[in-house]
Amino acid sequence: MEKEFTYPEPASLEADRLGEKMILNIGPSHPATHGVLRMKLELDGDLITRADPIVGQLHRGQEKMAENLTYNQFIPFTDRLDYLAPLCNNIAFVQCVEKIAGIGVTERCKAVRVICCELSRIASHLVGIAAYGMDAGSWTVFMYCFTQREKLCTLFEQLTGARMTTSYARVGGLARDIPEGWLGNVNSFANQFLPALDEIDALITRNKIFIDRTAGIGVVSPEQAMQWGLTGANLRGSGVASDLRKDVPYLGYENYEFDVPIGVNGDCYDRWLVRIEEMRQSIRIVRQAIEKMPDGPVNVADPRISLPKKEKVLRDMEDLINNFVLVTQGPDIPAGDAYFEAENPKGALGFYIVSKGGGVPYRVKIRAPSFVSLSAMQEILPGHHMSDMAVILGSFDFVLGECDR
Amino acid sequence: MVVFLQGRHNIGTIFLIMDKCFQQGFDAKSEQGFICTKLDSLINWVRANSIWPQPMGLACCAIELMGVGGSRFDIGRFGMEVMRFSPRQSDCMIVAGTVTYKMAGSVKRVYDQMAAPKWVVAMGACACSGGMFRTYSTLQGVDKVIPVDVYVAGCPTRPEALIDALMSLQNKIRSERSARGLFSK
Ligand code: SF4
Repeated sequence: MEKEFTYPEPASLEADRLGEKMILNIGPSHPATHGVLRMKLELDGDLITRADPIVGQLHRGQEKMAENLTYNQFIPFTDRLDYLAPLCNNIAFVQCVEKIAGIGVTERCKAVRVICCELSRIASHLVGIAAYGMDAGSWTVFMYCFTQREKLCTLFEQLTGARMTTSYARVGGLARDIPEGWLGNVNSFANQFLPALDEIDALITRNKIFIDRTAGIGVVSPEQAMQWGLTGANLRGSGVASDLRKDVPYLGYENYEFDVPIGVNGDCYDRWLVRIEEMRQSIRIVRQAIEKMPDGPVNVADPRISLPKKEKVLRDMEDLINNFVLVTQGPDIPAGDAYFEAENPKGALGFYIVSKGGGVPYRVKIRAPSFVSLSAMQEILPGHHMSDMAVILGSFDFVLGECDR
Repeated sequence: MVVFLQGRHNIGTIFLIMDKCFQQGFDAKSEQGFICTKLDSLINWVRANSIWPQPMGLACCAIELMGVGGSRFDIGRFGMEVMRFSPRQSDCMIVAGTVTYKMAGSVKRVYDQMAAPKWVVAMGACACSGGMFRTYSTLQGVDKVIPVDVYVAGCPTRPEALIDALMSLQNKIRSERSARGLFSK
């Protein structure tokens, strides 16, 4: 490993405070790197003069696997991209497939998907701020966040059967309709969540230590944020009011009332505030979706896309054959390609799918927001102190599963 | 606590002078403040009840590992909540997540840095066998590089299953011949 640390040019002496620079390797097994990220820092005293994030320790070859799986078979793999918000990934992927095939899903399906996306967003932000708080030295906020997240996990379990890896969406609809009484559970979750969030807010947001550690640290100007391709809460933290749910509405987001919180200074503190406020807005959307939840089927009535009803499969030969063909060969998607970006908790998660017809994609390219956030570290970290690194990494809330794919 | 060893060849049986409260928890007989037990039982009792895990969080399963530390499942009830990220301070590595070829070297290195006695729990399908990722970049099970004591199924492993796994690990530790390892060269 030592070989990788040799730098071709000697560090310039003028910039040196101690007369020599030190190379420090952090990770890939380190609590501050949120997974298997490895940071190679060049330090002058405790000032970072150069930072190289080294990714790829979690590269699992998901894009390659997609080429051998039918569209519906790939959905479980999208769970493992951003494993903090699996439902969002499921939905983003099937939305892209539906875009190629020109499938319009039913109104009920859209509303359920919106609830799923927003609950996932809350779950993801909760882990995000829990880890962020931990990086800034607060263990209590971690406990508070995980208490709420467990309640969400229970909701997901009622809906999909799994706490984290949900695999709930299907091309043209959902795996199944929502269970009876689930909306009521979501509602009671929402009611108790807002006071709990206020408590988390009160614990940390006005905490002097937290402000000292985050305000003015890791400042990203709006121009820089856009140049580097940051998306989601990290972009909005820099004061750019860009939200795909507003700009390119999908799933009927144009029918919901919600605000897009933005930061002012673009520092770590603003990114914290944006995440907290986004959770409140998500609850707002969830409540509206519950209120006007339409009736009707959740799957499109197209035998080439959706599985037939189970009772029919057990009774009719034609439906049995249809079921068999759909499961083994996948839904019939016409040739073409499409790019779809969804506003995920971590930023804009994009799928570019090339189809040559049939049930298996020819190529799936995943645009991972975490990868983009991490690439910006090379620009953001230099000039900060060593101790700020944990806070900056925490404030960008990335997840390596998505970054390395 | 004072330990008297009875002769060089008889270290399996020892007398201990200690408090009454020591009596529970391991296979022992007590008389007038003396406790008669096997060194194995004593060592195992100590080891099994003070596991300091090292969370080797690699992927999705690591989130459930965090959940185990949270308030609902609260691994602290079993005396294992002291998660240590430093291999020097921990004795049970929980490999939670997909081990890729790029990461395998680091996992092995961290394992080597842990002080004996050490145990490994492979958490989740990926750590056990590569799971759903049968690809060019994924190691098909962490047992290819380090010895594993307990395998836990699940994708991701549920927190209850992990707690169960750690309790099975305690059972395993209780049945080990620890004294032999201490005194043999
Ligand atoms: S077993 Fe499943 S949940 Fe766990 S790391 Fe592997 S893919 Fe993720």
